[in-house]
Amino acid sequence: MSILVTPDTKVLIQGITGSFGARHAKLSLDYGTKVVAGVTPGKGGQLFESQVPIFDTVDQAVRETGATVSAIFVPPPFAADAILEGVAAGLDLVVCITEGIPVIDMMKVKEAMKGSKTRLIGPNCPGLVTPGTGEKSHGGCRIGIAPGYIHKKGNVGVVSRSGTLTYEAVWQLTTRGYGQSTCVGIGGDPINGTSHLDILKMFNEDPETEAIIMIGEIGGSAEEEAAAWAAENCKKPIAGFIAGATAPEGRRMGHAGAIVSGGQGTAAGKVAALRAAGIEIAETPSDMADALIRRMKR
Amino acid sequence: MCISRTYPFSYMNIHEFQARELFAEFGVATQPGGVANTPTEAETVATGLNQGKLVIKAQIHAGGRGKGTFKNGFKGGVHLCDTPSEAKDLASKMLGQVLVTHQTGPEGKEVGKIFVGEAVDIARELYFAILIDRATSVPVLIASTEGGVDIETVADKTPEKILRLSINPFLGIMPYQTRLIASSLGLTGPLMNQASKLFTNLYRLFIERDCSMVEVNPLVVTTDGRLMALDAKFNFDDNALYRQPSIIAMRDITEEDPREVEASKHGLNYIGLDGNIACLVNGAGLAMATMDIIQHAGGSPANFLDVGGGATREQVASAFRIILADSRVKGILVNIFGGIMDCDVIANGIVEAAKETGLSIPLVVRLEGNNVEAGKKTLAESGLKLESGENILVAANKIVAAVKAAA
Repeated sequence: MSILVTPDTKVLIQGITGSFGARHAKLSLDYGTKVVAGVTPGKGGQLFESQVPIFDTVDQAVRETGATVSAIFVPPPFAADAILEGVAAGLDLVVCITEGIPVIDMMKVKEAMKGSKTRLIGPNCPGLVTPGTGEKSHGGCRIGIAPGYIHKKGNVGVVSRSGTLTYEAVWQLTTRGYGQSTCVGIGGDPINGTSHLDILKMFNEDPETEAIIMIGEIGGSAEEEAAAWAAENCKKPIAGFIAGATAPEGRRMGHAGAIVSGGQGTAAGKVAALRAAGIEIAETPSDMADALIRRMKR
Repeated sequence: MCISRTYPFSYMNIHEFQARELFAEFGVATQPGGVANTPTEAETVATGLNQGKLVIKAQIHAGGRGKGTFKNGFKGGVHLCDTPSEAKDLASKMLGQVLVTHQTGPEGKEVGKIFVGEAVDIARELYFAILIDRATSVPVLIASTEGGVDIETVADKTPEKILRLSINPFLGIMPYQTRLIASSLGLTGPLMNQASKLFTNLYRLFIERDCSMVEVNPLVVTTDGRLMALDAKFNFDDNALYRQPSIIAMRDITEEDPREVEASKHGLNYIGLDGNIACLVNGAGLAMATMDIIQHAGGSPANFLDVGGGATREQVASAFRIILADSRVKGILVNIFGGIMDCDVIANGIVEAAKETGLSIPLVVRLEGNNVEAGKKTLAESGLKLESGENILVAANKIVAAVKAAA
């Protein structure tokens, strides 16, 4: 198994006709992902790349194709609405790639999602990949914008707030011969749908995942909470990396959620919390896979 | 991770007088007064206020104004006086002069505007703030009887003196919640009604103007029984600025780092720092990690710079020009993991900018990912003097060594 999605998962893409959505929908199709539907209001009835039917609403797309997961590529002013449309259609998982959604919009989305069966990943995230068994992991489930070819099917779970740091970790693992079960980018916003802790719990329960890399950054306390839980409950070896040790206080470092304020959310505090939980720390971003290998041999 | 996303500016701050204008617009009681651009305007504003003590405050974004010194020798960016003509005289000593405080750095900030207000006699100083709590994803109200001091210190030493109340985002602030806070702050009798109104209106301001934090410190009770916001700090949600034209209009680019202003014009996410090794990276997480690894290797980063996942050759070239225009920069580290992005596009951008600017400082490039061989070939055949690093640590060590050798 894997977590959240398998190579058989049927995916729909909200915003499939925008340039960004179209590009990544095509890349997912090329990777062998089952992209079964697109949604662009007003373009229902057309075909994407001569093969994927486009619908006006998510509800229609779900009823006619059986899609259970959506990837959102719509611009920030419309993204909150797009998420809630996916929730209303009863999807299992909504992955919001869009960056730049107002915090107050996300706050309302989270409140409105309470009690629903849908899980949200993101926003402002690279999405997730469950690698396939083909050459360069072809045939896997790629939802979002991560490069598919860097993956390899295997037993390491990766969870991160950052896209490129996820790719770094994945590439280091792959080039060292360690494949991945599922790699999840949870996103860089202060309010997101799924936390490090949520993903750690899933990896812990997943029989295919044998070890975990957890990548965090300054801001908030999600990494500390995940580490505290892992210390008591996680049976699997974990390596961790935290970005932002040199970030000045009070500045947002690219990601809306990457900010140290009032002395809270520092890299040093997070590293200490991870260490205290027995997590092997990667001292540099070049050291993430090696840190996990050290931890597995410990 | 970029969908029609531009970075208008990553650091939206407003002046004190602008904060008071926002308070006035939303009916939040504050110190009466107005802004002046000239000494004569200062006198006019002062004449329109109630007779009594006046306060004159230099309008710059940096803190520590009261204890600052002007470069013309005049001491203090905050003064009290008694008459409109004294206000005019003080204004003439502050306007157009450069004020140095512990937050401005030695270069100081030129004062273009002053605030002229009625001085108030303070009976009690309280604290009140609204912010979005990340852990619970809802707004929280924070109140304390210990106003006028650093709230982190209060939280540290006497956490029992801080009250936190969560707000349901769909209900908004409820009247009972305003009374609960008023009561906990000892605001009784006529002050309770004033407090309810102030908290309610401040919450409305917070939501309608897409704030991420509003901190009123101190919230004061005057000796004549008025409750008012005496000083405040606002943070706005950068993501929401597209729908807040009135907040964008408050931008004062003279208060911003010129490197950041230039970068924002090219849609680059740039933050200036004090070190001498510049970096150019794709992705915010990797950009932070690259700054960290420069320090880890014994160097000091000059900036944060994320060119994004979909950077064009022109953007990379602009990024290079901004980096090279900074005289502090003694070396450059380019760190690209081109997952989808074509490494050759980056390589061409680097070559174009380096040739145009006549690159004369050490450059180390680490390229990895999509079409990396073509990118490396472009760099190798460019005739540029540069080194490559096969991973980030090797690259960081090389640039730090090169900068030290050149020093």
